[in-house]
Parts: sequence; structure tokens; C-alpha cells
Amino acid sequence: MIEKALSGSNRYWAWIIFLLAIMGVGGMFYVQQWNYGLGITGMSRDVSWGVYISQFTFLVGVAAGGLMLVLPYYLHNYKVFGRITILGEFMAIAAVSMCLMFIIADLGQPTRALNVLIHPTPHSMLFWDMIVLNGYLFLNVVGGWGVLHAQYKGLKYATWLKWIVYLSIPWAISIHTVTAFLYCGLPGRHFWLTAILAPRFLASAFAAGPALLLFIALIMKRTTKFDVGQEATSKLVTIIGYAALINFFFVACEMFVAYYSQIPGHMHTLDYLFWGLEGKDNLVPWMRFSVFGGAIGIALLFLARARKTEVGIMVACALIFVSLWIDKGLGLVLGGFVPSPLERVTEYYPSLPEIGITMGIWSAGFLILTILYKVAIEVKLEKEA
Amino acid sequence: MDAKRRDFLKMAGLSALAGLTAPAAVHMLVNKGPFQANAATAAPVGEAGEGGHEAAPATGVRLGMVIDIKKFGENQELARQCIEACHSIHNVPDYGNAKDEIKWIWTEDYEHAFTDQSQYKRNTTLHELPIMTLCNHCDNPPCVRACPTQATFKSKKTGAVLMDYHRCIGCRFCMAACPYGARSFNWRDPRGKDAKGQPFIKHLNADFPTRTRGVVEKCNFCAERLAVGKQPACVEACGDTGALVFGDLNDPSSPISKVLAENFTIQRNAALGTKPSLFYII
Repeated sequence: MIEKALSGSNRYWAWIIFLLAIMGVGGMFYVQQWNYGLGITGMSRDVSWGVYISQFTFLVGVAAGGLMLVLPYYLHNYKVFGRITILGEFMAIAAVSMCLMFIIADLGQPTRALNVLIHPTPHSMLFWDMIVLNGYLFLNVVGGWGVLHAQYKGLKYATWLKWIVYLSIPWAISIHTVTAFLYCGLPGRHFWLTAILAPRFLASAFAAGPALLLFIALIMKRTTKFDVGQEATSKLVTIIGYAALINFFFVACEMFVAYYSQIPGHMHTLDYLFWGLEGKDNLVPWMRFSVFGGAIGIALLFLARARKTEVGIMVACALIFVSLWIDKGLGLVLGGFVPSPLERVTEYYPSLPEIGITMGIWSAGFLILTILYKVAIEVKLEKEA
Repeated sequence: MDAKRRDFLKMAGLSALAGLTAPAAVHMLVNKGPFQANAATAAPVGEAGEGGHEAAPATGVRLGMVIDIKKFGENQELARQCIEACHSIHNVPDYGNAKDEIKWIWTEDYEHAFTDQSQYKRNTTLHELPIMTLCNHCDNPPCVRACPTQATFKSKKTGAVLMDYHRCIGCRFCMAACPYGARSFNWRDPRGKDAKGQPFIKHLNADFPTRTRGVVEKCNFCAERLAVGKQPACVEACGDTGALVFGDLNDPSSPISKVLAENFTIQRNAALGTKPSLFYII
């Protein structure tokens, strides 16, 4: 089946080479980081996690977002998603792979990563995160690839594969819940210390994952013969729109609790993110764009569906994806460190090598995604023809 | 003889052996510890290096410290001496910038050390006092809960929160978990030199390990000094000023327990439930 990824148009190969080139640059920067240490990044004593961990957190959401396709198809027999469920599963594979790469990039001693297995520590949420993420990767590789391979062979997939897929559904919830638990169980970090964090993570995941998927599916519609279909597009718009709305509702709940209670610790980070604190405000334009861009994106999404303009839907998906990326991929993780527990405001700017490594990992993820999607749509088109 | 019976006999033999040697081992440990005077009530103190993960007898020692802010105000040199003693003994590197900074013990102003206290109309002298700040050696440490490899752990012998630098993977989860900013990360090689060829560790102390790049470190309550009967470096640096009082919080007759019984003390952000072992006389 993998041979489908080994032949393609010039445009396909140009895209692959483009991704490989960025990966190469990222790899060179990683060598630099390997030789110097994490001091090469913009992280500091006060802001001890940066873009690596924030990308990881965001991408766990993208991975969990695949659930929004798998669940309707397998549990509710929603046939319309039959063609694209595999896209959700393969997106989960690419996203979890990126998560694992970001974790490794962030470790001070990456060669000791297996200590997490050698000294299993159930009271650490990172231990559970390791289990659920690798488990989710395994379930999607076996489930997604297995079901597609059966179709490739013109067979009905084995019954046990169905149970793998069923298991992946609650598992998707678990990956983002445990990832939220990394943050929301820490005393002294008021911004994270909120029971709504896991639900909020899930809401943003169910918007961001399908938004990226729909965006890519509509690009593929233009560049290949693969058409996601009117009805599936419409259903995805509903899912993305409502999930994004719920996410922003949760953000509003956080705002209310902080500013109505007037408890300083609850207000500080929100002050920093949206208005600036002690003259430090490097995330303010981003966070404001996240709110306004997200709101415009949701409105445009429903409007574009009513008008049946695909370009409108694509722009809306991109806006929502970027908005949620800022919300969780920047604000949530970085904001938790500002102010510090000693109420000092230290700002963080990622360094050039750090951005290079981050882009390299994103490219590696998109390479995995491209190869898997290439295989998937070729098999689908071949069997449907 | 069946297997079960053989196992039983083996176990019985081993237990007997352990029973015979245990008192001697405990005796040795007690006489090595710094609390010989209280040997009857206090227990073996001291950690065999950083790797002490084995179960220790439940002795109920909980080391703590009282920091008398006024004494540090009277003698402004004292804080600097404590920091110098600690950082030179423990090979703490000095990079000369805040981003890479590593510190085990340092001074804060009142406002930042006690963020949960009201700052409104506080007496002016308090704001000028240097507040000695170090790891709180919490009885309920969030960093230990967060660590995925048990590279940071609570000593069963002393209650101190310690680090195994050889196990730490450098994920910095403990730094996110610590509500007191007590933890530092080796962002670069502490054994290296700056652009001018000056080593980051000015005077290498061969009796204490240097760390490697990519691991977290913090105050260890001088576990290595306690093990050989010495006081923590900062306590020693304070001499008989009484600015720092160190000892077993669980021993009612220890000097620290007496100081705590006679003085009003506060703790940093006690509302978080971390149960710090550091107390401040304000």
C-alpha cells in the first residue's frame, strides 16, 4: 500500500522536497541545540517551557480532533464520513508523532527519555501522558492502516480491528484530558488551576483538528480527484463551528471568574495576555487577534456554508485554526509562567534555532500527513472507481 | 522439600540475618548523624549521596529551618555570606545573566517572597529587609508529585526534598510545579567557560559533584554535609547569630522546635497545602 506514496505528480514531489528542506534546516538547528543545550532557546528560569511544549499541547488537541470523524462513523454509522474517517485517523498519527518529537526536543537529557519507563511513576501526570499518547498512536496506526488495507485488498476488515477503533474513541478523550491534567493540577499556577481546563482543551481540539482536516480536504479537492463531498463538508462545518463556540464560551467563563471575583492571582495572567502587565505585553496583539479572528472565523464559517462558497469555508477554517493555535499554542502555556509564582514578569521570545527546530518538526508532521493522505486517497479513489 | 517450604526457610533465614545486623547498622548511622545529643529521640540523619532511593526505616525526622528576618536586617552581610558559602560548596555556576541563572539560596524582597501577604501599609523597614529564600523542602512537595522519573524525591530519612542528577531527564515539570521558584535548570554546560575563558564555576569544590547540562537542581539541605555530621553551609555561615535555626521539626526538644514555640512565624504561601518546612520570623 505504501507504494502509492512513491509515485506522484511533480507538484507532489516538489511539496515533499520542500518539507524535507525545512526538516533539514530544523535538523541542523537541533544539532546546535544538542551541542549547546537548551540555553540556545529563549526559555529561562522563569519561563521554563516555551514553544516546544506549547506546540505539543496544541497538537495533542489536533490529534484528539480526529475523534469527531471516527465517532459519528463507527458509533452512529454516519455513512457520509465513510470516505474521510481515515483522514481523521491519519491526522491523529501525524499530530501525535509531532507531539512526541516536540517532547524529545524539549528534554534537557533526551538520551534519558526511557527513564520514564524504567522508573514508572504513577503519581506523575507525565507518566500517564506518555502512556496515553503512545497508546493513541498505536491504536490509530493499527486501526487506520488496518481498515484501509482491508479496503485496498477488497476485503471487509477483521472484527478485532473494529474493537481497536472503538477503543480509540475514549482514548482520544483521554489524551487531551491527561494533557490538561499536566497543567491544572499544579498549585501556585493560578491560570492553569481550573477544573474547566480539560473540557476547554477538548472543545478547542474538536474545533482545531477538524478545521485543519477540512482545510486540507478542500485543498485536495482542488489538487486531486478526491472530493470530500457536500454533505460531509456541511457536517464538519457544524462540528467545527459549535466546538469553537464552546471553546470561546469557556474562555469567557474564565474571564468572568477572574474579573468578577477580583482575586489578583486569577487576574494577573489574563491581564498580561490581553492588556499587558507592568509594561510587558508581547502577547497582547496575538491574544486579541485570537479572540477577534476566532469570532470572525466562526461567523464566516456558517455564512460561507449558507452561501456555498468553498473559499469562504477554507478562509474560515484557517482563521479558526490560527485563533486556536494562538489561544492554546501560545497563550495557555506561556501565560502560565507570567507572572512567575514570585510575581515577577519575565517575557519570553523564542530564539531563531528554537523556531527552526519547531518548523522542522511541523514539517516532519506534514510529511507524515502527506504520505499517509496520499496513500489513503489513492486507495479510496481506486476502490471507488 | 517442596518449593514453597524452601522459599519460606530462605526468607526466614534472611529475615533473621537482617534482624541481627539491623541494630548495628542503625547504631552506626545514629553516631554519624549531627544529632548525637538527641540520639534517643532523633533518628539517623543523612543521605548516602543523591541516589538513596531504598526504603529507609520510618524514623519520623522532618528537617526544617527558621529564618529570622530581623537578624539578616541587622547584619546585611550575613545573607551574602550564606549565599557565597552555599554556592561555592555546591559548585553552583555563575553565568552573569538572569536567563541562565542557577541559584540554590538567594534574597528576595518581602513583596515577592510573600506574594500571599497583604503589602498595603506594611512598615517600611520590612520592605528593605533581604528575605533569605531557598527550597521549602515541603512535606507535601508538588515537584515530587510531578516528576515522571522520581529523580526528585522526598528523603525518607530526613524529609528533605532531594535530586538525583543522573536520573533527571530535564523535562522541567518540577519547575512548573514548584510554587516557590526554588528550582533552576542547567540551560548550558555548567562546567564550561565564558567568552573570556573564565570558568562558570569560579572555585571548583572537588568534594561535591558538578552537574551536567540539561538537568534541574536546587537546595538539598546539605544532605552531603549532614551525612558527615556537619551543619548546612548556610547555617554554618550564620555562626551563632541565630539568624538560621536548623533541626528536626518532629523532635519537641530540638532547638528549632523551641524557637518555633516561642516566636510568631509565617510560611510562604502555606495556603497551597504544600506544607513548607521553612519558617520566617518577621
